[in-house]
Amino acid sequence: MPAVTETLDTVAAVTEGGYKWGFSTDIEMDMAPKGLNEDIVRLISERKGEPEWLLAWRLKAFAAWLKMEEPDWAKIHHPPIDYQDLHYYAAPKKKPGPKSLDEVDPALLAMYEKLGIPLRERAILAGVEPGDVEAGEGERPPVAIDAVFDSVSVATTFRATLAKSGVIFCPISEAVHSHPELVKQYLGSVVPAGDNYFAALNSAVFSDGSFVFIPKGVRCPMELSTYFRINARNTGQFERTLIIVEDGGHVSYLEGCTAPQRDENQLHAAVVELVAMTDATIKYSTVQNWYPGDADGKGGIYNFVTKRGVCRGARSKISWTQVETGSAITWKYPSCILQGDDSVGEFYSVAVTTNRQQADTGTKMIHIGKRSKSTIVSKGISAGRSDNTYRGLVRIMKGADGARNFTQCDSLLIGDQCGAHTVPYIESRNPTAKTEHEATTSKIADDQLFYCRQRGLSQEDAVGLIVNGFCKDVLKELPMEFAVEAQKLLAVSLEGSVG
Amino acid sequence: MLEIKGLHAGIEDKEILRGIDLVVPTGEVHAIMGPNGSGKSTLSYVLSGREGYEVTGGSATFDGHELLEMEPEERAAAGVFLAFQYPVELPGVNNANFLRTALNAQRRARGDAELDAVQFLKMARAEIKRLSMADDMLKRNVNVGFSGGEKKRNEVLQMAILRPKLAILDETDSGLDIDALKIVADGVNALRGPAFSAVVITHYQRLLEHIVPDRVHVLANGRIIRSGGPELALELEAQGYAAVVAEAA
Ligand SMILES: Nc1ncnc2c1ncn2[C@@H]1O[C@H](COP(=O)(O)OP(=O)(O)OP(=O)(O)O)[C@@H](O)[C@H]1O
Ligand SMILES: [Mg+2]
Repeated sequence: MPAVTETLDTVAAVTEGGYKWGFSTDIEMDMAPKGLNEDIVRLISERKGEPEWLLAWRLKAFAAWLKMEEPDWAKIHHPPIDYQDLHYYAAPKKKPGPKSLDEVDPALLAMYEKLGIPLRERAILAGVEPGDVEAGEGERPPVAIDAVFDSVSVATTFRATLAKSGVIFCPISEAVHSHPELVKQYLGSVVPAGDNYFAALNSAVFSDGSFVFIPKGVRCPMELSTYFRINARNTGQFERTLIIVEDGGHVSYLEGCTAPQRDENQLHAAVVELVAMTDATIKYSTVQNWYPGDADGKGGIYNFVTKRGVCRGARSKISWTQVETGSAITWKYPSCILQGDDSVGEFYSVAVTTNRQQADTGTKMIHIGKRSKSTIVSKGISAGRSDNTYRGLVRIMKGADGARNFTQCDSLLIGDQCGAHTVPYIESRNPTAKTEHEATTSKIADDQLFYCRQRGLSQEDAVGLIVNGFCKDVLKELPMEFAVEAQKLLAVSLEGSVG
Repeated sequence: MLEIKGLHAGIEDKEILRGIDLVVPTGEVHAIMGPNGSGKSTLSYVLSGREGYEVTGGSATFDGHELLEMEPEERAAAGVFLAFQYPVELPGVNNANFLRTALNAQRRARGDAELDAVQFLKMARAEIKRLSMADDMLKRNVNVGFSGGEKKRNEVLQMAILRPKLAILDETDSGLDIDALKIVADGVNALRGPAFSAVVITHYQRLLEHIVPDRVHVLANGRIIRSGGPELALELEAQGYAAVVAEAA
């Protein structure tokens, strides 16, 4: 190889190697043929051994989807997605559970290692029998992990502990069989099958996801978390999560993901539904790090997500916290329907875009209940040639006497080729309601960088520090272990974007 | 030892430093005085490596390091500290975290062990107490919402914690009340010793009553036009710069 080419390749490898979690695992897959039609929907349902009502629900969603069109109002651009060129079902081949870690596919273990999953959890995730591990005394509060490996949940942990308190935490595909009455009652009750194009698609073909049920008066004894990844080539991932918290219950759910490096664009269209009854609290935290594509944006994940929670009962509370650093395209508006009187909705978001990434994200707060209250804190960071849009709706309905909203939208620009946009919609139909909106745009100033460097910080550490400072109000809402991870992620994501 | 020889530097096409020669032997404190716009801050920025200044001639070495060839953070690790004339605000970054990150970055670069949060806080609190500053200084965000005087004090606190070998103080006394002036002086005097040198840029003889300099230099129009002992500061105070500049011309 000529020296010049080699040098260029090395430089490329160093600069684009920035995606530290880019890898994929070779594991035998059982895969549906490419394309989407009624037969595929039937096949998915059949493979999962689903009851007739669920198949009917999927088919109805599919019929709705066929009549819908891809939304075009977001500030994102991408080549048309060929929905017929994707696989809609993939499952790891079933083998009897391994007896020890030695029997587990080394590729799978290596993947867990790269993901940084603690050793003691790896065996559980890999399905080594027996699957129940009790949290040791004096350790920090345990985290239960329900790993979705491609389309089928590979393993669920800590179930025994959770079961003792009456909490149900399992793959939704399993809940369909073990708790059909709950799934039937709540599935699609917050995000109806025909809600929007991507939600309809998800409803027709959803692969798997988590199901959480917290009974009356129960405080979930541990943080619940899911790691999910796109793994099979060209397999759209259609996550479906449903969380129900009954009166006075409390749960904190963590979702984090990293994805393997890919050439082709990968579609991800998840739906998350939250239901909080009287005095219930749901805290939903996300660190999203899908592959963002190379420096030109090629190969990144398209992330079209519908997340919505309903505060059904009085004094219920739903809090969304998200740190979005990945994906080529992020289209995501975690929302709250504040139905109960004195209910509370919160949205704390950090969205980072670099290179050619595009993020159009925000929230919707629909105030129905009296004195319902919402807080929106959005921090957008754009670098490179990326585009970062905050899009938020605050709607106060007629009966929402004394409703309150506070919105704070801050944008931080790194460099002068990126874009930051703030699109707030405020609709108030009640004169007693109060809404406040504050927005700022700033740049990382040269004098800030120099000040830090004069004290001994490297340029990159200085950017990391300044960015983390900018995001502080959001990061402090994350559970401890996630906050630390998120801070690192922010710094890594912005490596090389200044200077 | 800081040794500056024939230093020329400017911004874009404008020459600001026009041949600076200055030696600050290890263990000494030198004061630089001079009219507004004479190039004092420029000198401090060039020595600490701020971008945007073009060095067109000369050299600056500190303890054998070619300063002008080093990145700002390398200079910091080599022991160079600049107390800014206009300290910068870092929203959301708390002082303790900032200082610990900075200190540990310097220690790492020098091959020393890093301090954990507990060790750091213990040390930092001791310095705060010694400098009779408010306890909440560490908790507040770096310079955000600080009064002018508080910002200057914070520079002194940072200096006390980072323990530089060469401190350049750019008008750290400006805008300070009498008590704060003493704090600045205490900060410098506490570090004073055979392994520490300082360049104190000031307009006022008042500060030099508390930090008695070994030498005083007058910088005018990008050059050092006169040097002398502490008495030179008194002379400047009595006669003003104009006379000294005219005399030198
Ligand atoms: N970024 C800049 N762009 C253009 N001119 C500059 C810049 N920085 C400094 N100068 C000019 O260089 C000269 C020296 O400025 P410098 O800040 O070094 O002065 P100083 O001696 O520190 O003054 P003071 O006592 O007012 O702090 C001034 O004429 C100033 O206007
Ligand atoms: Mg100055």
